[in-house]
Amino acid sequence: MDFNDPMLVLSSWIAQIVDFGLDLLWCFIHIVVSLCHIVSGTFEAIESYAISLGLIQKYSSIDIEKLKCLAVVMDIEAARDVSKVIELLQWLTTIGVKQVGLFDSQGLLKKSKDMILEMVPRSVLLQETGERDISSDRIALEFISSSDNKEAVVKAANILLDKYLKSSHPDKGEEGENVFTESHLNEALRVVGENVQGPDLLLVYGPVRSHLGFPAWRLRYTEIIHMGSLKYMRYGSLLKAIHKFTGVRQNYGV
Amino acid sequence: MADIIRQPLEQIHGFSRRCLFRVISMGSLPIHMAFIMDGNRRYAKKRGLEDGSGHKAGFSALMSMLQYCYELGIKYVTIYAFSIDNFRRKPEEVQSLMDLMLEKIKSLLDKESIVHGYGIRVYFIGNLALLSDQVRAAAEEVMEATAKNNRVVLLVCVAYNSTDEIVQAVKKSCVNKLVKHSEGRDRDIERIQLVDIEENMQMSVAPDPDILIRSSGETRLSNFLLWQTGNSQLFSPDALWPEIGRRHLVWAILNFQRSHSYLEKKKKQL
Repeated sequence: MDFNDPMLVLSSWIAQIVDFGLDLLWCFIHIVVSLCHIVSGTFEAIESYAISLGLIQKYSSIDIEKLKCLAVVMDIEAARDVSKVIELLQWLTTIGVKQVGLFDSQGLLKKSKDMILEMVPRSVLLQETGERDISSDRIALEFISSSDNKEAVVKAANILLDKYLKSSHPDKGEEGENVFTESHLNEALRVVGENVQGPDLLLVYGPVRSHLGFPAWRLRYTEIIHMGSLKYMRYGSLLKAIHKFTGVRQNYGV
Repeated sequence: MADIIRQPLEQIHGFSRRCLFRVISMGSLPIHMAFIMDGNRRYAKKRGLEDGSGHKAGFSALMSMLQYCYELGIKYVTIYAFSIDNFRRKPEEVQSLMDLMLEKIKSLLDKESIVHGYGIRVYFIGNLALLSDQVRAAAEEVMEATAKNNRVVLLVCVAYNSTDEIVQAVKKSCVNKLVKHSEGRDRDIERIQLVDIEENMQMSVAPDPDILIRSSGETRLSNFLLWQTGNSQLFSPDALWPEIGRRHLVWAILNFQRSHSYLEKKKKQL
C-alpha cells in the first residue's frame, strides 16, 4: 500500500503534465489556424479592393440574368445593424439584382421592414409585385425568418391532413399517394402564404458558414457562400461571389 | 523489400495520426458529421480510369474517413450515398452503382468487416421502396444484424432526398393522427405539431449534424439534410471525394472548435 501511493501520485503527475503538454500543442495548432485565416483574409481584402477599383478585368461584367433570386442570411448581431443591411441592398441594386430575400432567424429584419423599404431606393415588397415581372430599375424584397421554415411546414402539413381526411377512403393506404407528394406539400406551403421559390444563391453574413435555419424546403440546389461579417462587408467580395455563381453549372444529380 | 519499408512507414503514419487526433481531442469534438461524397466520376475522368472505378476509389476513401471518425470518437456519421435525383442518370450507370452498393452492403455482414470491428450500428435512410428487392433486402439484413451495436452509428442515405424525407414525415404524422382518432372514437382529430413531424423524420435516430463536408468544392447541399443543418457548419474542400483525406477532416474540426461557442449559443436561442 505504501509502495503504491507514491506510484499513484507519480502517475497522476505524469498524466497532468501530459495533458498540459497536449493543451499547449492544441493552443499552438489553433494559433497556426488563426494565422492562416489572417493571411487568407488579408489576401481576400486586397483582392476585394482591386475588384472594387475595377482592376481585375473578369469582374467588370457579370451575367446578372442568371441570378434570378438571391437570398441573404445573417446572424442576429448583423440583423440589428439596419444601416449596413440598407447599404448591402443598395450595392445589390447597383449590381442589378432584381429579387432579394433577407433572412434572420428571429425576424428582426421583418420588424425593420418598413424602414428598409423606405431607405432602399426603388425597393418594393415581393408580395406586392404579384405575377408581373419586376421592372428593370426595381428591387423586390422578401423578409424571411424561422417561422417560415419548420412552422410553415407544420401549417402546410395540417392542410394536407384535412385533404387526407376528406379523401373518400382515408383508411386505405393508397389514398396517401394522391395527397402526399412533394408537389402537394409545395402547393400547401403556397396556400399558407410561403414563397416556395428556391434562391439560386445564398450569401451568409456571420462568423460561420451555415444557412442558420433558412427555410429548408427552398434550399435544394442553392449555392451557399460565406461572406464573413456584415460589419466589414466589401463590395468587391460581393461582386466576386456573384461572379463565381454565374460560372457554376449544376447537373442536378444526373 | 517494399513490404519491409512499407509496414514500418504505415505504423509511423498511424502513430503520428493518432498523436494528432489526441491533440485535437483536447478541444470539443463534433458528435455528428455528415459527408456528401461528390466527385467520384470526375476523379475517374481525371485519372483516365474506366467508368465505375471512381466509385470504387470513393468507397476506399469512405472507409478511411470512417476509421478516422472512429479514432476521434465521433459517434454519428452520415453519408449521402445515392440521391433520388441520381436515378435519372444513364441506366447502365445506375445499375453499376446499385451492383457496387449491393456488393459493399453484403460485405458489411462479414465478421471481419469494419462494422463489427468498430461496433457500428448501420441505418439506411431514404425511400428504400425505390431500390431493387435485392439491395433493399441486403440493407434490411445489415440494419437487423447491427441493431445491437452502439459505439458508432453510421447513417447511409440511399434513394434519399431531404424534401422526400419531409413529405414522408408529414405523411406518417397524418396517418398516425387518423389512427389515433379512429381508436379514440368521437374525439376531434388532433392537429399536427412540430414534434410529430420531427419524430417521424427518418433522421430522428441521430442528433442534427455539427459539420457537413461536401467534397469537390461545390457549395450547395443538393437536397441533403436541409431540415437538420440549420446549426451545422458547412465545408466545401476542393478535393474530389476519392482524394479526401485526414487533413480535410482535421481542418474542418479545428474550424468547428473555433466556432463551437457561437454555434452552441445559437442553438440555445432557438
